[in-house]
Amino acid sequence: MSEKTAQLPENILEVTDLCKYFRVSRKATLKAVDHVTLTIRRGETLGLVGESGCGKTTCGRTMIRLYNPTSGTVKFNGVDISSLSGKRLLEFKKNAQIIFQDPYASLDPRMTIGEIISEGMNVHFNYSDKEKTDRVNDLLNKVGLAQDYANRFAHELSGGQRQRIGIARALAVDPQFIVCDEPISALDVSIQAQVVNLLIKLQREFKLTYLFISHDLSMVKHISDRVGVMYLGNLVELATNLELYDRPLHPYTKALISAIPTADPDGEATRQRIKLEGEVPSPINPPEGCRFVQRCKYACDRCRQETPKIREVKPNHFVACHRCEELENES
Amino acid sequence: MSKETKTQAVQLDKTIPNGAKTAAVPPIPKEKFTIIGTDDFSGDIIARPRIGYWADAWRRLRQNKVATVSLFFLILMVIMVIIGPYLNGINYEAVDNTAINQAPSAAHWFGTDALGRDLFSRVWQAGRVSIAIGIAGALIGTVVGCIYGGIAAYFGGIVDTILMRIVEVLFSIPYLLIVILISVITDSQSIFTLMLALTLTGWCNTARLVRGQMLQLKSQEFILAANALGVSPWTTIIKHLIPNTLGVILVAITFDIPSYIFSEAFLSYLGLGIKAPNTSWGALASAAQQTFAFYPYQMFFPALLIALTMLSFTLLGDGLRDALDPKLRK
Amino acid sequence: MEKILEVKDLHVSFNTYAGKVRAVRGVGFELNKGESLAFVGESGCGKTVTAKSVLRLLKPPFAVIEEGSQILYKGQDVVHMDKKALSNYRGAEVSMIFQDPMTSLNPTMKVGRQIMESLQIHKKLDKKAAMEEAIHLLKLVNIPSPETRVNNYPHEMSGGMRQRVMIAIALACDPSVLIADEPTTALDVTIQAQIMDLLKELKEKLGTAIILVTHDLGVVANFADRVQVMYAGQVLERGTAREIFYDGRHPYTWALLSSVPKLAKESKQELYALKGTPPDLILPLNHCPFAARCEHCMSICKEQHPPETALSDTHKVSCWLQHPDAPNVTAFSGKEARS
Repeated sequence: MSEKTAQLPENILEVTDLCKYFRVSRKATLKAVDHVTLTIRRGETLGLVGESGCGKTTCGRTMIRLYNPTSGTVKFNGVDISSLSGKRLLEFKKNAQIIFQDPYASLDPRMTIGEIISEGMNVHFNYSDKEKTDRVNDLLNKVGLAQDYANRFAHELSGGQRQRIGIARALAVDPQFIVCDEPISALDVSIQAQVVNLLIKLQREFKLTYLFISHDLSMVKHISDRVGVMYLGNLVELATNLELYDRPLHPYTKALISAIPTADPDGEATRQRIKLEGEVPSPINPPEGCRFVQRCKYACDRCRQETPKIREVKPNHFVACHRCEELENES
Repeated sequence: MSKETKTQAVQLDKTIPNGAKTAAVPPIPKEKFTIIGTDDFSGDIIARPRIGYWADAWRRLRQNKVATVSLFFLILMVIMVIIGPYLNGINYEAVDNTAINQAPSAAHWFGTDALGRDLFSRVWQAGRVSIAIGIAGALIGTVVGCIYGGIAAYFGGIVDTILMRIVEVLFSIPYLLIVILISVITDSQSIFTLMLALTLTGWCNTARLVRGQMLQLKSQEFILAANALGVSPWTTIIKHLIPNTLGVILVAITFDIPSYIFSEAFLSYLGLGIKAPNTSWGALASAAQQTFAFYPYQMFFPALLIALTMLSFTLLGDGLRDALDPKLRK
Repeated sequence: MEKILEVKDLHVSFNTYAGKVRAVRGVGFELNKGESLAFVGESGCGKTVTAKSVLRLLKPPFAVIEEGSQILYKGQDVVHMDKKALSNYRGAEVSMIFQDPMTSLNPTMKVGRQIMESLQIHKKLDKKAAMEEAIHLLKLVNIPSPETRVNNYPHEMSGGMRQRVMIAIALACDPSVLIADEPTTALDVTIQAQIMDLLKELKEKLGTAIILVTHDLGVVANFADRVQVMYAGQVLERGTAREIFYDGRHPYTWALLSSVPKLAKESKQELYALKGTPPDLILPLNHCPFAARCEHCMSICKEQHPPETALSDTHKVSCWLQHPDAPNVTAFSGKEARS
């Protein structure tokens, strides 16, 4: 394992100008992901936040080729994944896994837990029945469930337990990279903490790299090393989590962070919120210019005409805003 | 700020006289107040017995009284159409000129028809044909419909569009027309022709149903998960898509059978179906209607059996649909 | 303060094939005029069932409000109200908004008409006056250009907008109590903030008392005057927001507060996580319902129900740790060093 990692590039995933459009009708195109560029470093957790419909889930799914990108490239360990086929595609799929949001829809109701977990092993490894059972038991143990569960069906389990099964299924093929697609959104607070702790523990144990997609900003802050913010298909800001939460530069990020509710009545009472007017516009046929322009109080003519490109404003702090330096200096 | 409040509150707590706190409670031994902590949850063993999908569905079906009664009635019907024609020892084709149009009696339990044939034997013989047509029709329709709908859903896009347009066209042709055309073209009125005519458009509904269910399944996250794991399309279909469609198909079959039985009865009634000496419930009823005013019992038994069988299948189908609905699982 | 709603010893059961699920077990609370009260707890803790019972929205015979439960609205007995009184009570005195505005709005009816409907029934307004009132209400909930919006269908509006319409409908007949059942759960953070601000503003402007049902402690901190923490159909702790957030005494309250990551905290540390899952409500539970998951659990906790101890006029907690013989445990001691 260590020999292998030594040869592998530092960035496990390099996404360049990734676009994923869906044709809704003859004239309408839904630009779910529009020119997203980012890299994910080996062993880190990259958080991806944004409101519903901002394209974060599509982005994650396109990165592991559940969807084929409309344009742009995704390089995994230096290899463009859209060129892969046959055996090499299968190997990529072994290395890049996903955990889904809905713990009910993501497990086949007709399969036992054992069958669900061993599904990936059947594809990628040549295990005997005995080896398979041992591995399933081992994985159940790793995610904190009893071996007894292997013979159960998904509907007998609670939401948190099902999410553990989803994690075990992804781990079964020894992946390097896991897309966690809102893995905790459907769970109760105390169960969320269980699952997040488990994810952190497993990351340390197996040296995993995560893309952690969520709309829960405080949980993303907790689990991530770096955080990207998406708005209407665009990546608007990307920075280390401390930098992003303490010194956000994009007006949207600022508003988003100031809207996080905290369990602190006194703090809440004195806190100054940045209020966003209006709602997220439709991602179908978006106009030229900055996507955030209708809701941004700093919008100028340039913002309306030219879509800002994401650029490195400070070291390791990327922002897609024409005016962010200007605004930074003003305040 | 918050810490200050905390310490204050703790002091406040201690100033409250203990007696007031526990006034209503009888004294409790002190050793009960040592912390034992949480249970070991490493297992989280489920206490309930393991119950599979079909076992669970069967359990719920049995709780539905109407469906259970229907199921028992149908089993009884199947047994009766197998043994019924032999029960009173009179061949269903045997013509007896001495006993024409008799009312039910000890010798002829359901009476006799215009040619003196024993109606009891004939009714069960007719039942064989009717139920066989119902089941065979539903099975053929289901197999064709599943393959067709499955292909449409799996390939999607233009294939799906073309296949579904064809279904819509077939759907819009009245099947009576098809039946008449086919009997004219083949110049035969055998059971085979009848089956061909009935199933020619009968699979369309199943095809739509299966396509709909599979399309819905295709977007489910567990199918995406299989895709992400690199499971081949063929394995995905066998392991995920088909097992998850079975429930819907089973319900469709149960609803299809009575509609085939009825179609056959209707065609036979119009004289387009089964021909003598073979018979079906529809043919029996058709024969009886000419003398209905004088010998109503000749009409009564086949009509009653058609009605009860269809009703039972429909009620059973209802029960099955409820029993197989994953949303109702607890 | 004027007491408008009083619930005493509420028991609600669901009859299922597996047996009787006792979803609410002896919940009691009081609501004063113009005040906001929050029910906080995880799914299945009985908070929504309690809220629905207040409006008698649960369907018998599946759901039963047990004998002995008391719900008094301005002194009137709600549990035994007849149909006519109930219909007036629901529309004009107490109203409710739900988590998913799409399923609670009629998709085939213009939103204007949906608001007018209850105005015409309860306030006996004629069509023109009702329309004017509907526009006024939409303006009240900050919907831009209400004159054109009244002619929209629900699907033409966004999630946040629909929730505003729901609030407008709920407020149509000036109720004195508004029950908001997870009003922001289906919405995005920025929209969530807008809706909570709106509810707060309306509470101050119209003096409507609000019961907020939620699992999100963050939402509560900003909004509620008083909070009650619920678990397994019972109230474990109640108090003002400050008492609960800064001086919570029940281990479950501590767990809820510390399993949410703090923004200021160093990341990737282990979060405090409760073990196990909440108890099955088919079980009788003759002891503290939280005992099995509580790290401070004592033998007594598994034998008897703790009495409710009053720490102040408003702050009450049901926990054996309050007993004089119990060891001194504080929230932020113990093996997990929480901030």
